[in-house]
Amino acid sequence: MVAKRIIPCLDVKGGQVVKGINFEGLREVGDAVEMGVRYSEEGADELVYLDISASKEDRSTFTELVERIALGINIPFTVGGGISSLDDAARLLDRGADKISVNSAAIASPRLISDIADRYGSQFVVCAIDAKCLNGIWRVTTHGGSRLTERELFSWAKEAQERGAGEILFTSMDHDGTKAGYACEQYAMLEEMLSIPVIASGGAGSVADIVDVLTRGRADAALAASIFHYDEISIPALKGALTAAGVPVRAVL
Amino acid sequence: MIAIVDYEAGNIKSVTNALERLDVEFTLTADPDAIRKADKVVLPGVGNAAAAMASLRAKGLEPVIRSLRQPVLGICVGMQLMCRRSEEGGVACMDIFDCEVKRFAPEPGIKVPHMGWNTLGNISGKLFKGLPASPYVYFVHSYYAGLCPDTVATCRHGSTMFSAALKYENFYGTQFHPEKSGTIGETILKNFIAL
Repeated sequence: MVAKRIIPCLDVKGGQVVKGINFEGLREVGDAVEMGVRYSEEGADELVYLDISASKEDRSTFTELVERIALGINIPFTVGGGISSLDDAARLLDRGADKISVNSAAIASPRLISDIADRYGSQFVVCAIDAKCLNGIWRVTTHGGSRLTERELFSWAKEAQERGAGEILFTSMDHDGTKAGYACEQYAMLEEMLSIPVIASGGAGSVADIVDVLTRGRADAALAASIFHYDEISIPALKGALTAAGVPVRAVL
Repeated sequence: MIAIVDYEAGNIKSVTNALERLDVEFTLTADPDAIRKADKVVLPGVGNAAAAMASLRAKGLEPVIRSLRQPVLGICVGMQLMCRRSEEGGVACMDIFDCEVKRFAPEPGIKVPHMGWNTLGNISGKLFKGLPASPYVYFVHSYYAGLCPDTVATCRHGSTMFSAALKYENFYGTQFHPEKSGTIGETILKNFIAL
């Protein structure tokens, strides 16, 4: 049986991992490669690196960083942030990324998903979706939650799958940064309607939250940032708790 | 010296990176002489089996690989190309391992591609020396090699039990990616290098 995955997420700016709350206000928490190596040694199953820089200079720094990450770690990793063309995806594949995630650019031009999937395979394309609940409707947002789009979470996730996305990474902007638990009901609904894996993101505050989203929420993977960055939860302890709860996870050696 | 066969079959960076991490000398080559002279040969492969097989043939490398007597390791599609044939593009392969490659049939509760960490069963032989009985390794594939006398590790996805690793004489193959399988994968690569 395929194990449920634990995925630390690293937001990167200028080669450093940073962490903000609700995308506002950033704190540096460490070197991107060193942190990735440490997480992989502790038993992370996969890593996600997001380039949150804005300038062109920073973008090329990030591309070089991807090459160092690929050389440094021995588990799969996804890179995202600002990927808006087949060329962007090709450049990151070339540097050793196992998967790329598309977000805003795919909403502007959904063909981007099919273009990348047709060329490099569905396993290479993660569709990241940031959404928040307004009047009972889960509205897709862009630019770190600051811009509302006309799209709705569930129909967009379904379309992304049909266009060839290999995974959906849904972040609930209502839960992100709150440490009050994941949007479990929405993950369970996504799991029900999709045939591709769903990664849960936003709201992890405790071991119990992660157990919850992987059982009641039925997510295939749980992504979190600050609880790992600030050593609030250790990955071996988390995996021990998941095993005790009957969730299949990869043993940490 | 390890030769990594360079035949334009997808991303091979992860394989070269893994060998760099292990600090072993390697060369990326499509030159038949360099491949024949290498101590060990790695045949990587990502993507479509029919396209990969066509590329291998276009470079004249099929007879070269089949004639090798040193240890050869096929990874993922590289392993599939060493089987009899593949359903992906209906292509005849190198016929080293005694099995065929088929697509996972759809069934409730399983996802295709089979992607992520899964456990090996029934492991045997030098490739798995020093490992626990059911280690987790990393898979990404939609097609699988069936069980056969050459199977040296199994894995289950839904109701399908398939060959996670194959061995025939000096030829080895892994459906999973040892280069992405953490310390377990590193042990398997080290075991291959030590053959």
